[in-house]
Amino acid sequence: MSERAQTASAQRSSGGLLATAARYGIWVVLAALLLTLPRIFSSSFTFTMLSLMGISIIFALSYNMLLGQTGMLSFGHAVYYGLGGFLVVHAMNTVTKYSLPIPLPLMPLVGGVAGLFFGVVFGSVSTRRGGTAFAMISLGLGELVASSALILRSFFGGEEGITTNRTKLLRIFDWNFGSQIQIYYLIAFWCLVCVIAMYALTRTPFGRMCNAVRENFERAEFVGYNSQLVRFFAFCLSGFFAGIAGGLAAINFEIVNSGYVGAEQSGSVLLAAYIGGIGFFGGPIIGAILVTWLQVMLSDITEVWQLYFGLLFVGMVMFAPFGISGLLMMHAPLWRARVLWRLVPAYLLALAAGLVMLTGASLVIEMAYHLSTKAADGPMMSFMRVAFSVHSLLPWLMAAVLLIGGYFFFRSSWPYVEGAWHDALMKARERGSAV
Amino acid sequence: MLELVLVSTLNGVLYGMLLFLMASGLTLIFSMMGVLNFAHASFYMLGAFFGFQISQLVGFWPGLILAPILAGFIGALIERYGLRNVHRHGHVAELLFTFGLAFVIEEIVQMIWGKLPRDYRIPPSLDFSAFTIFSTNYPAYKMFMLLFAIGIFVALLLVLTRTRVGLIIQASLTHPHMVGMLGHNVPRIFMLVFGLGCALAAVAGVIAGPALVTQSNMAALLGPILFVVVVIGGLGSLSGAFIASLLIGLLQTFAVAVNLSISDIFGVFGIHTNPLPFLSDIWRVTVAQIAPIMPYLLLVLILVFRPTGLMGTRDT
Repeated sequence: MSERAQTASAQRSSGGLLATAARYGIWVVLAALLLTLPRIFSSSFTFTMLSLMGISIIFALSYNMLLGQTGMLSFGHAVYYGLGGFLVVHAMNTVTKYSLPIPLPLMPLVGGVAGLFFGVVFGSVSTRRGGTAFAMISLGLGELVASSALILRSFFGGEEGITTNRTKLLRIFDWNFGSQIQIYYLIAFWCLVCVIAMYALTRTPFGRMCNAVRENFERAEFVGYNSQLVRFFAFCLSGFFAGIAGGLAAINFEIVNSGYVGAEQSGSVLLAAYIGGIGFFGGPIIGAILVTWLQVMLSDITEVWQLYFGLLFVGMVMFAPFGISGLLMMHAPLWRARVLWRLVPAYLLALAAGLVMLTGASLVIEMAYHLSTKAADGPMMSFMRVAFSVHSLLPWLMAAVLLIGGYFFFRSSWPYVEGAWHDALMKARERGSAV
Repeated sequence: MLELVLVSTLNGVLYGMLLFLMASGLTLIFSMMGVLNFAHASFYMLGAFFGFQISQLVGFWPGLILAPILAGFIGALIERYGLRNVHRHGHVAELLFTFGLAFVIEEIVQMIWGKLPRDYRIPPSLDFSAFTIFSTNYPAYKMFMLLFAIGIFVALLLVLTRTRVGLIIQASLTHPHMVGMLGHNVPRIFMLVFGLGCALAAVAGVIAGPALVTQSNMAALLGPILFVVVVIGGLGSLSGAFIASLLIGLLQTFAVAVNLSISDIFGVFGIHTNPLPFLSDIWRVTVAQIAPIMPYLLLVLILVFRPTGLMGTRDT
């Protein structure tokens, strides 16, 4: 009996060691990754992109504290991001003016405190209601701040915004933060700290209370928690992290303007978090990286990239409400049972059909755009390096065939995907590792 | 002064009625399906652009009929093939779907009609001044807008309370299951109400388009105010939406006419101070300048004192 207990405890401790390694190892790996990334991609363009991604990750995760963890849909999260940015710029200008001994790496904290402060102020009004009412109130507050930004000129700087100079602050280790690589390391550091802090928050009793309020606020109240208070605290904390993200953005660009607090910014963080998947902690990280990359890349390729972006979002809401991370996690049991490869042929078929449909759709969009907006440039345009005239019938016919044919091809390929899923799941069950 | 009050009241009521044309559809859809249609203002914009396009081809009056029908048809299709599928993922997904839809509609409108304002003209038969108050010529088109909006409002009221269809709609607001048991096709009623709401928003767009600016950002400008109206009125309350629409219409119109700032008010009492530099904006800004943010300020005030809205009962 005691022997068995001993082996059990020995097993547990070795398992505990493994679990500890698994629990903290991921953060070490993440830190190492953040450190080595600039050595792998060493162009200034990538540094800029990576910096934007880091800011976007913090912002999207702070947004998910509301939407994913507490179930509060906010249409005005940019308020805390933007006000954090404005306060950081004002703080940096003040520090420079009076040569105070405060180094730049601490400045994002100012943004965080500003976000927290405005989170407390606006949260006390808006978190009284949950659900749809909260969403509309957040929208109203967002508009209130965005419109005020154009009225209160001495604080928000009107249309042109306020500039600052990040190199004039107190230097430590002889870093002046003039180059993008130094800014990248600064952002990577804060990104890591914030990600760890926000992850840790989800593991606390408070994080669980948030989830309870999300699932069913009435039951949470019967258990004895004040759901309004839980919403309020989640809102304030999320404002804090959004403020840090805004502060980093202000440092990165050295300028803040009214666009920081605007509806577009609020919308883009919502899109990023949702496309990545709000059901898992890592989802918004994926979303932030993807959306930032798309914003930079797509805007080079096509002028109507926002339309594609919106269609992607609507498609995600309709067909994959758990986002990319949800789609990935769906495959986890199959991966563990080593039957994932069985899906590959069916997926390739569906992918081919989807690509045909997508080509047709984007051909229609590009031609319509050319016809309506660029009429002055003449009827010639090129799509995938093929030049043709939008006035001739053939390309339209092609597009229609591709779109409609692709659609039916996709529809008919879907049963194969479902069948392959079913088979793979059965195999996984046989091996006893899937639920 | 009296002239100002009269003209501002007329304009305010007009603006309020336009808001109510949209808010009524939004409220009906919300109380029926529990989803706040974020794209509602986009249908207002679609109405204006369809009206513009039709007026280019055949004239203003056919546009007034055809554009709302077209927009309502699109709305019904979106409900049938989009929203109904998203419904099983819950209210947040529905709201996000309409949010994405608003985004897509704005992009499509921009793609087709461009970003610049379009020249949507008042029909020549209404291009004269209806009457003169003291020295202000009040345009006949505005009078037409006002009467038309009131006419639609009365018609809607009569349809909802006096006809069989209206009674079925009212019944499915509160007891959808019972209505289904009685043999009515509730999903189809939902689709029709969604289409009707979108058509009402489009009517507002067609008649507001020539008077205001027909531009691809008109949905983004009006949308937030529309949502403020339904929150202030109380989500799901038609009478609340009516009061809130008029309130916001009058408030914004009167605010534009008032050229006072806090420092002026203090000046009346003989107090002249120079506050901190950061506060100097708040000190000097006039009421007319903050007219655009008045609805949002009102929203905050209402939420502090009456979190459910003026006539709202339910806490969603």
